[in-house]
Amino acid sequence: MSQELEYLSHRVAKGKLSRRDFLGRAAALGVTAAAANSLLASAVMAAGPVKGGTLKAGLQGGESTNVLDPALDLSQVNFNFSKCWGELLVDTNPDGSIDYHIAEKIDSNKDATVWTMKIRKDVEFHNGKTVSPQDVIATLERHADKKSKSAALGILQGISTMKADGDSVVVTLKDANADFPYLMADYHLVIQPNGGKDNPNAGISAGPYKVAVNEPGVRYGGEKFKNYWRGDKLGHANQVEIIVINDPTARTAALQSGQVNMINRVEPKIVDLVKRISGVTIQNTSGRGFYPFNMFCDTAPFDNNDLRMALKLAMDRKQMLQTVLRGYGSIGNDFPINDAYPLFPEGIPQREFDADQAKHYYKKSGHSGSILLRTSDVAFPGAVDAAQLYQQSCAKCGITIEVKREPGDGYWSEVWNKKPFSLSYWGGRPTQDQMYSTAYISSADWNDTRWKRPDFDKMVVQARGELDKEKRKKMYRDMAMMMRDQGGLIVPFFNQYIDATGKGVEGFIKNPAQEMGNGYALAECWLAA
Amino acid sequence: MKSPLAKLVAQRVGLSVILLFAVSILIFVGTQILPGDVAQSILGQAATPEAVANLRESLGLNQPAYLRYLEWLGGLLTGHLGNALSNGLPIGPDLWQRLKNTLFLAFWAAAISVPLSIVLGLIAVRHKNGFIDKMISATTLLTISLPDFFIGYLLIYFIAVKLGWFTSVSTVFNGMPFLQRLEAVVLPATALTLVVLAQMMRMTRAAILNVMQSAYVETAELKGLSRFNIIWHHAFPNAVAPIINVVMLNLAYLVVGVVVIEVIFVYPGMGQYLVDHVAKRDVPVVQDCGLIFAAVYIGLNMLADIFAILSNPRLRHPK
Repeated sequence: MSQELEYLSHRVAKGKLSRRDFLGRAAALGVTAAAANSLLASAVMAAGPVKGGTLKAGLQGGESTNVLDPALDLSQVNFNFSKCWGELLVDTNPDGSIDYHIAEKIDSNKDATVWTMKIRKDVEFHNGKTVSPQDVIATLERHADKKSKSAALGILQGISTMKADGDSVVVTLKDANADFPYLMADYHLVIQPNGGKDNPNAGISAGPYKVAVNEPGVRYGGEKFKNYWRGDKLGHANQVEIIVINDPTARTAALQSGQVNMINRVEPKIVDLVKRISGVTIQNTSGRGFYPFNMFCDTAPFDNNDLRMALKLAMDRKQMLQTVLRGYGSIGNDFPINDAYPLFPEGIPQREFDADQAKHYYKKSGHSGSILLRTSDVAFPGAVDAAQLYQQSCAKCGITIEVKREPGDGYWSEVWNKKPFSLSYWGGRPTQDQMYSTAYISSADWNDTRWKRPDFDKMVVQARGELDKEKRKKMYRDMAMMMRDQGGLIVPFFNQYIDATGKGVEGFIKNPAQEMGNGYALAECWLAA
Repeated sequence: MKSPLAKLVAQRVGLSVILLFAVSILIFVGTQILPGDVAQSILGQAATPEAVANLRESLGLNQPAYLRYLEWLGGLLTGHLGNALSNGLPIGPDLWQRLKNTLFLAFWAAAISVPLSIVLGLIAVRHKNGFIDKMISATTLLTISLPDFFIGYLLIYFIAVKLGWFTSVSTVFNGMPFLQRLEAVVLPATALTLVVLAQMMRMTRAAILNVMQSAYVETAELKGLSRFNIIWHHAFPNAVAPIINVVMLNLAYLVVGVVVIEVIFVYPGMGQYLVDHVAKRDVPVVQDCGLIFAAVYIGLNMLADIFAILSNPRLRHPK
């Protein structure tokens, strides 16, 4: 029986039998639909990608104000398109390890201060030139220059000097950083000829697709680049197209009627409906992004750790996850890291909703009167509901919360990082060190919980320079415990990226780094015949 | 020549130009008092104070407001729309592309809805208070009572998803074959037609019915003319002024009020363009778009006035 099924599944993979017929035959043979589907998926994988055709994505997050310059990529559409035409030095694999692209190998000296990146020899730019170490240096120089307004400026500030050495680039850092390869995985650092200094908007790099159409806020198109250096892995379709569809209903309809093959940002509240559409697969990926409630540790009344603890214990995370995210996420533990990060410290006890303990700490804090919590629709989808839910669970613990709904305009300039208790979001970072360095050290501009502890800063720097993974993991555990029990951060949940693919789309690889398989969905998927 | 007609028309045109200037000042002042800061909005959550200061400097936001107004107005009058703040590119080509798209959609929506509503209005008058009249009224009132986004979603669900007749993604682009382009705008044009139909049809019906009470219509009836002949030759020409008014108002709506339809059908028109730039506080683009919208609105209203004047026999043939 299984032999027959296997034979049939290969026929489907080759396009000689329809999927529906296959499932019908499988059911007749007494195999459950789930088992038949997984058999089919492995057969399709084994048959290898189908080349050719046009893959279309309908994506949220594009404006007519966008430009191609990768330094300025902030929107989802630009991010996804840059993964089609751009090539990076390295990127991260779904398991958190480093995937080497233009850099063939990255090694450091013993104390992680000098890093040598060996540049692959056979990589060609779309304009026919070969990628050289000089192009790599020029790219990093441009992004490290304030004038480029690059979003990667911050992560390049630790570089002291760069020089080419044969086919390698040698980078000397100001301070030790064991995470240097992860810094190079930043999606803004697309390698361009002469670093893009001549024309940052030219859209020329060494990715699997050449830029063919660039209509900001409307659509983008890529034409297969014949000399792509690893065409066996990426770039199966002949053309890729991105249509900017910011309205969620229109996006779903476009997928349903087959006008696009994949979409991003399916809203949690409609996932169960989208799932039922025939041929559509929900691709939900646990990411590193989270939705925090931020308290300023240096501002009354939140400068009192007993009050902070009471507020943490009064959070009903499970209910919050079910109600606001419909279960599409995972529960947080009041530190900004989850198991999607490399070197995640396991075994830290989960903080639960505990009305008695919350009451105890609240009484101990000596605080009385209501506490003002600011929220807005732009903080994250469902942020207003989340604040109201929290108000109710706090009421059960005898804590009065006053919810203030702020206008979305100006929320990031006037409320977030300015007011002592508010809702926000963080997209997560490739490594724990980057997350802590961005928002939880004394000198960080975006220290949105005013967590200013010299002892903690020291731990961050120590862990950053530690090349021994076990020791490093232990340090991260200590840091997590400290944040969890003393920090100003309440993390009810980490979110998921919820994408969806349509009929016949194969090869989607989930990656916790970002939505749409870290932006590679268009390049790594193919249309089954 | 001292024709009162020419004088009246000239007056209308003059008033419209003055009005447009007043609007340009309002737009400028309005964009200045928007909350938040351009530099801050461009950088978003990722803004550091130094980056904001740098960007403000390079955008020339530190000049006094009246200077910036005069520069802007001077540029407009000489055909220079300036550069967008958000991407540094000239506004002209982008804006022109979007305006063309908007006008294309508005044209087809108008080409269907205006004749259709007037004919429906005439038919309704012909069968006054009968079944057909009531049907027409009920249907058009139903479509105008539904919000435009809901009509859009209904069309997408039934026609694009269930029947698969037309596409729900109405993206059009340069070099798209004409027929394909036409096919792409079928659903948004239908949605717009359904939205504007009722008002024009009801006004046609009401205006003609009003005229139908007159003595000369009674005379025509006594002459034994057919009912439709009376409506078309005697009543309609005398009722045309209010009809033109409402038609122009709806044409203006088709150009300036369709942002929701554009978003739902992913149509790259002016509305979406304007909204994107408002979100980024891209003031020059917002001002230019605002002024174009104002010009369309004022221009169409001016045309309505002029047609009303021209269609008035007492003004055409002064004593």
